[in-house]
Amino acid sequence: MRPFAYQRAADAPSAVAAVAADPRAVFLAGGTNLVDHLKLGVAAPSLVVDVSGLAVDEVEELPDGGLRIGAGTRNSDLAAHPLVRERYPLLSEALLSGASGQLRNVATTGGNLLQRTRCGYFRDTTVPCNKREPGSGCPALTGHNRYHAILGASRECVATHPSDMATALVALDATAVVLGVDGSRRVPVGELHRLPGDDPTRDTVLAHGDLITAVELPAPFGGRSRYRKVRDRASFAFALVSLAAAVRVRDGVIDDLRLVLGGVAHTPWRARHAEDALRGAAPTEGALRAAADAELLDAKALTGNAFKVPLARNALLSVLRDLTDIAPELEEDA
Amino acid sequence: MTEQLTPVEIGRDRARFDGALKAEGAAPYAYDYPVEDPLYLWTVDSTIAKGRVAAIDASAAEATDGVVLVLTHDNAVRVSGDDLEYAVLQDPAVRFRGQVVAAVVATTPEVARAAAESVVVRYDQEPHSVTVRAEDLYRPEKVNAGFPTDTDTGDLDAAMASAAVTVDEGYVTARTHASPVEPHTTVATWTDADGFLVFESSQSAHGFRRVFSDVFEVPAERVRVIAPFVGGGFGSKGMPHAGAVVAMMAARALPGRPVKYAHTRRQMFRLVGYRPRAEQRVRLAADADGTLLGVGVDVVQESSVVKEYAEQSAMPARTMYAAPHRRTSHRLAALDVPVPSWMRAPGEAPGMFALESAMDELAHECGIDPIELRVLNEPAVDPDTGLPHSSRYLVRCLRAGADLFGWYHRDPRVRSRRQGPWLVGHGVAASTYPAYRQPNNTALVRFADGRYQVEIAAADIGTGAWTALNQIAADALGVPVDEVDLAIGDSALPVASVAGGSSGTASWGTAIVTAARQFREKFGSHPAEDDEVRADVPAPTVAEEFATHAHGAQFAEVHVHEDTGEIRVPRLYGVFDAGQVINPRTARSQLVGGMVMGMSMALHEDSVMDPALGHTANPDLADYHIPVNADVCDLRAEWLGIPDHRLNPMGSKGIGEIGITGTAAAIANAAFHATGVRVRELPITLDKFLG
Repeated sequence: MRPFAYQRAADAPSAVAAVAADPRAVFLAGGTNLVDHLKLGVAAPSLVVDVSGLAVDEVEELPDGGLRIGAGTRNSDLAAHPLVRERYPLLSEALLSGASGQLRNVATTGGNLLQRTRCGYFRDTTVPCNKREPGSGCPALTGHNRYHAILGASRECVATHPSDMATALVALDATAVVLGVDGSRRVPVGELHRLPGDDPTRDTVLAHGDLITAVELPAPFGGRSRYRKVRDRASFAFALVSLAAAVRVRDGVIDDLRLVLGGVAHTPWRARHAEDALRGAAPTEGALRAAADAELLDAKALTGNAFKVPLARNALLSVLRDLTDIAPELEEDA
Repeated sequence: MTEQLTPVEIGRDRARFDGALKAEGAAPYAYDYPVEDPLYLWTVDSTIAKGRVAAIDASAAEATDGVVLVLTHDNAVRVSGDDLEYAVLQDPAVRFRGQVVAAVVATTPEVARAAAESVVVRYDQEPHSVTVRAEDLYRPEKVNAGFPTDTDTGDLDAAMASAAVTVDEGYVTARTHASPVEPHTTVATWTDADGFLVFESSQSAHGFRRVFSDVFEVPAERVRVIAPFVGGGFGSKGMPHAGAVVAMMAARALPGRPVKYAHTRRQMFRLVGYRPRAEQRVRLAADADGTLLGVGVDVVQESSVVKEYAEQSAMPARTMYAAPHRRTSHRLAALDVPVPSWMRAPGEAPGMFALESAMDELAHECGIDPIELRVLNEPAVDPDTGLPHSSRYLVRCLRAGADLFGWYHRDPRVRSRRQGPWLVGHGVAASTYPAYRQPNNTALVRFADGRYQVEIAAADIGTGAWTALNQIAADALGVPVDEVDLAIGDSALPVASVAGGSSGTASWGTAIVTAARQFREKFGSHPAEDDEVRADVPAPTVAEEFATHAHGAQFAEVHVHEDTGEIRVPRLYGVFDAGQVINPRTARSQLVGGMVMGMSMALHEDSVMDPALGHTANPDLADYHIPVNADVCDLRAEWLGIPDHRLNPMGSKGIGEIGITGTAAAIANAAFHATGVRVRELPITLDKFLG
């Protein structure tokens, strides 16, 4: 293990100041991702600033009917919170579909948003990776890319963002409250993550030293929602494709909807083309198919993940049929 | 006929006698043994798949506080023998990616690792070959367990040309890794007075001792291997691998200092053997009613340039079903890849996926029930040797399993049943594994302090041998289990064969029974203090007269999601003929464990070779999937419980491996029944159902 300094943060501003002052400093919250990376050599910080003791784990109601979630709130606690279960079941479903019980007990809301890709090449320091070592290359383009992106990727990086929770939060129009050296600001979760472009080292728009202190949810969207995660085994696996969907139908017409795909891009992928195609439309099989096809028109498969295109399409169709009652209610688990 | 024990303890459901020790953490595994003033070893592994080490700069490591030794091919002790797997650090050649090219020994594991990571290795890289090409194939002299490479009886081509119904398909089994929970571990100490003392994660204390003795040219009596508790092996600890040799090289160079080395999980994907990827062409020729005329299996398998390894994957096709025209072959390609080796049911596991999938295809083609197809082709004698079976109850297993599972309600048409969005299918496959007993086993029985000491260097790799052998000893001596003190897992004890080939209990148990009987003959039922007998067991001769196999039948219910292709196995039942079961609890655990591993082979395990980099691209248990609890639903293992008196005094057959054979075919066959899609390449992942 490479030596590093460790500080237990007294409060958020001093934590931000400490990390901002050292380009090789990192925050430690639940540690479920960072500690793995320390062991693998993927992360080699000079300073670890532990923010897990800052007690930012309150879930409070906001005056506008929304919720404010402290960034230190554990995934298990958030998933089980009565207000979340009652008003944002999509978020509970997404959280409970992620990782394992043991990991959810430790992982935090802020940390989960900043979870790094699971790309095997990123996690192996003996091979090239543009995200880990800029300019070294991307073996995933032709190598093991079953879990990789079909949307929004670049020649530099085809990795996917792994968080189920983030996918649901984008669908819920959540906002991250971020503390930086210049004070606090608000970043919509839908704009937090960035596509790789020519700089895959940056997963998000945050600056070094920025600390997520809370996540705010607006008042519930209403309608019906579903988090559908398709993976290679029944539990404890990352999404091949996931879908956070919320649909409001009024007078036989889709009044509004949110569709966010997970496991297909470097970010949670807001399916705006599909949303636009369906907003104001009557939910028919033909309309759903056209919307799914519109979203996946620009999908580009790699050598080993062409199946993700029909899978994403089928996931969209399956969930939308279900939420709009155009097919009989299907039994999920027989 | 072997004189049979009267089962009293045998057959009794016993919790593991060592269970409490393990639950309390008091059972010492190799790394746990307290040793004085230990040193820790970390390896430097090659980052190219083929070439030569041009230069090693270890100056930073050597300058690190706490580093006591850096081993390279320049200074490592020379080893003996022509087994290149053990010839580690002997020359600058790099023969696969991840090969050990240097090692650092230090006073703490952290320092050893940091120093190892500071070693700079420069390579002269050459182009590597890591995927099988037709032009590289060659015919090995023999295949694993000494079986012939090829067989040819009758005229298969003619049978295929003239048969009313034929199947001619290719089946692919993935590269898979045993990855037992306890990593492969060596804690080695050399002293000039006593030689090597090695705490090792091993399936065979004496087998490892023999190898270490040969490799280091040290008399066997100056090598002691201790392994009383082993956290799983699945064959990967059946023989030593390179890591143990490296740790012992370090110990040899540092007399008196114990050197501790445990493989990382990632290293377990390249340094401890794995099941190689195989492609099998299966040909079946049959009359319209399903009567087999011909059976052919041609196996093409990856092997390594370091050491040849040929799984006997065509073996099941030689013995399972009657047919006059039969041909089998095995071909290999020697690649620049890590050394493949034993993994649970080598040969039978991949072989039974191919054969039993093809049998299902034949049943479908003939329009008959797959159970009846197997019954129709049940051989009167072993088709391979012409010998009668010591016992063969495959049909009984099929019938009993069908009743247990509710098979006969099945609508044979594909896509005939659904539950909501899930397409539902039922599938069946046979299981088989040879019933072996090994020669070279010796047991000692001694009477002391009013108790019976029973000693044999057997290995308990999590199977329950501590308990089952105690039960056998109790019945052999005619005393309660708590009057027996068993000692196993130490090469200082009388010689024992490997915990492998599902032969352990039969082999060691026979030795214990032999010693106990001689003890009673000599000393009667009231022995004096320190009376003792040491008995060698003659090599078994039953295989000269009989074909000896265990059989079974596995039934799977599979659900495939119509939209996403997700595949689940809500029910998996197996009924086995395993002779007399010694301990129902540990036996069930073995069979269920085998079936879960078979499900894992069917649905999950896939070591993905990156051809450009030349290594497994998913070398950890996050990316290399095995089933989690949520994948394992209603899983049952039952057995017929009919002793085979010809095999050994217990009437038992091995149960360690049969559970994994046939499982993948049962699941693939059920998936076909559910969907109409025949998946012939493992693992069966959801993409294979997405058109």
